[in-house]
Amino acid sequence: MAISRNLGNPAPQAPRRSLINDPNARAVFFQILVLGGVALLGWYLVTNVLENLARQNIATGFSFLDREASFAIGESLIAYSPANSYSHALLVGFLNTIKVAVLGIVLATILGTIIGIARLSSNFLVAKLASAFVEIVRNIPVLLQLFFWYAVIGESLPNPRQALNPIPGVFLSNRGMKIPALADDPIWIWVGLSILVAIVGVWFLARWARKRQEATGQQFPIVLASIGVLIAVPLLTWLAGGAPTALDVPELQGFNFRGGSNMSPEFAALLVGLTVYTSSFIAEIVRSGIRAVNWGQTEAASALGLHRGTILRLVVLPQALRIIVPPTTSQYLNLTKNSSLAVAIGYPDLVSVANTTLNQTGQAIEAVAIMMTVYLTISLGISLFMNWYNKHIALVER
Amino acid sequence: MSDTNRTVAPRPGDEVAIELSDVHKWYGEFHVLKGINLSVARGERIVICGPSGSGKSTLIRCINRLEEHQRGKIVVDGVELTNNLKNIDAVRRDVGMVFQHFNLFPHLTVLENCTLAPIWVRKMPKAQAEEIAMKYLKRVRIPDQANKYPGQLSGGQQQRVAIARSLCMSPKVMLFDEPTSALDPEMIKEVLDVMIGLANEGMTMICVTHEMGFARTVANRVIFMDRGEIVEQNEPLEFFNNPQSERTKLFLSQILAH
Repeated sequence: MAISRNLGNPAPQAPRRSLINDPNARAVFFQILVLGGVALLGWYLVTNVLENLARQNIATGFSFLDREASFAIGESLIAYSPANSYSHALLVGFLNTIKVAVLGIVLATILGTIIGIARLSSNFLVAKLASAFVEIVRNIPVLLQLFFWYAVIGESLPNPRQALNPIPGVFLSNRGMKIPALADDPIWIWVGLSILVAIVGVWFLARWARKRQEATGQQFPIVLASIGVLIAVPLLTWLAGGAPTALDVPELQGFNFRGGSNMSPEFAALLVGLTVYTSSFIAEIVRSGIRAVNWGQTEAASALGLHRGTILRLVVLPQALRIIVPPTTSQYLNLTKNSSLAVAIGYPDLVSVANTTLNQTGQAIEAVAIMMTVYLTISLGISLFMNWYNKHIALVER
Repeated sequence: MSDTNRTVAPRPGDEVAIELSDVHKWYGEFHVLKGINLSVARGERIVICGPSGSGKSTLIRCINRLEEHQRGKIVVDGVELTNNLKNIDAVRRDVGMVFQHFNLFPHLTVLENCTLAPIWVRKMPKAQAEEIAMKYLKRVRIPDQANKYPGQLSGGQQQRVAIARSLCMSPKVMLFDEPTSALDPEMIKEVLDVMIGLANEGMTMICVTHEMGFARTVANRVIFMDRGEIVEQNEPLEFFNNPQSERTKLFLSQILAH
């Protein structure tokens, strides 16, 4: 058809078009229109906000951060009192968020991996229990789960006067879990240092064992030896320091406990909720990752005489990891962002503290901007690290 | 089973390498192997052919316990395959297998593919394992690819690496499960050449293959399987020129037609 038409006008000349029918001109026109609209809307919003803030006598900018916060925070990793500044309060909230996110990521990874592998088990009961866990947990909104765990801890545990005392020195009540803390003694610093020394020692031990295996073929029980070193070195340091046993045991005084360390019910509920919820997703990722490794790989390795554990460690998992890592990164990000639901059960995370700040100062835009910047920074940090790790384990092909 | 079954006795050497007696296997309701009797002598080279679904792959996969048989007895090099893990380990250490789809480990280099089992199963020092690996990589004529990854090699090269990987465990028996059927035509020869070389060195081999040229030149015995049974077995010349059963004749006419 095109040919016959071309035969009709053999030399097509540059046709004269009006600007309205020129696709380039149209594109530029609409882009200008959209850009103009956005700019106009932005200008309207900004002037409106400034006007409203001025009317309410609220100064814009971040100078409010240096003012006294004058509100209390339930738990903190660093020293804090209401006399401290807003910036200090926000730092407390940030550290609380980091605390629950880091612990949650570690625990969810461990639990998720165990459940994911359990779902692949040939044991009927184990596999079905793991499936049931995944299907129940991942299909209930995480906010409800937080309420659930908070209610379980708050309702099922007695008040401090009737606190459960499962192990001497440990008290479970609706005010949280109290455990004995180590009494002040310089020896604990040395014990801490000796743990670091033991970790370095284990690293060298593993290196030596690998070298020896390469040289002589003998295998060394590295796992048992490492556990031995990690226990023995701190223990010997403790014994050398006179084996102090003084503990700061929590004691009931009036309506609550004093002394010892505390794990608040809010923190416990948030940690359990986030861990359980995220682990169900990680379990599915781990399962699919292992499943995605061709069965032929396992067969080839078995045919060579390798044992199941060795096959999983040296053949299947290295290949499964590259499938597992990218979606797991998303789950880590989700867990971190979901930790902002802490505000619903009263755990003083960043959102909770920033929200209080917002209510007291009226600096809505600044407070929200701080929160968004912080979460963006944390998330991008996790992404960067996981992308680096993913590259590290990626498969070389062609 | 026809009575041609027991007419051919294993010849090269009298020592028996593999003995299968009345082996049965079911996949659920499906009866895959229906009473297989087979005796393979040391140094014997057997080619198994037959239509797809006849149970030939399942048969050789039973010999290193990638599949479990449900009835009968399989003895490999004096070790009976039972649920005893020790026996299974012992058999797998001495029986090499080459797969249709190579099944190389894609995350390991060619050299690491070859040294993995010697290091972890034979507890060999790394240097020694690498030396052996290089020896066999030279033998399959790809020593220069040792540090590449399987994904960087052609199909024929990958299959030769897979053969070298098995040889590194110094197996007494080699099983080949359609080693050339996933290869482009121009790569089949390089793999068959390696297999012929192995045969000439006296390796005990069982090959499931439709390479009839290979069967003619290399095999001591050709076995035809259909519907889970050994229908006919004979030395290659007799097998191809004078097939006994109708099913064999039909099969041969189909695969030799082109």
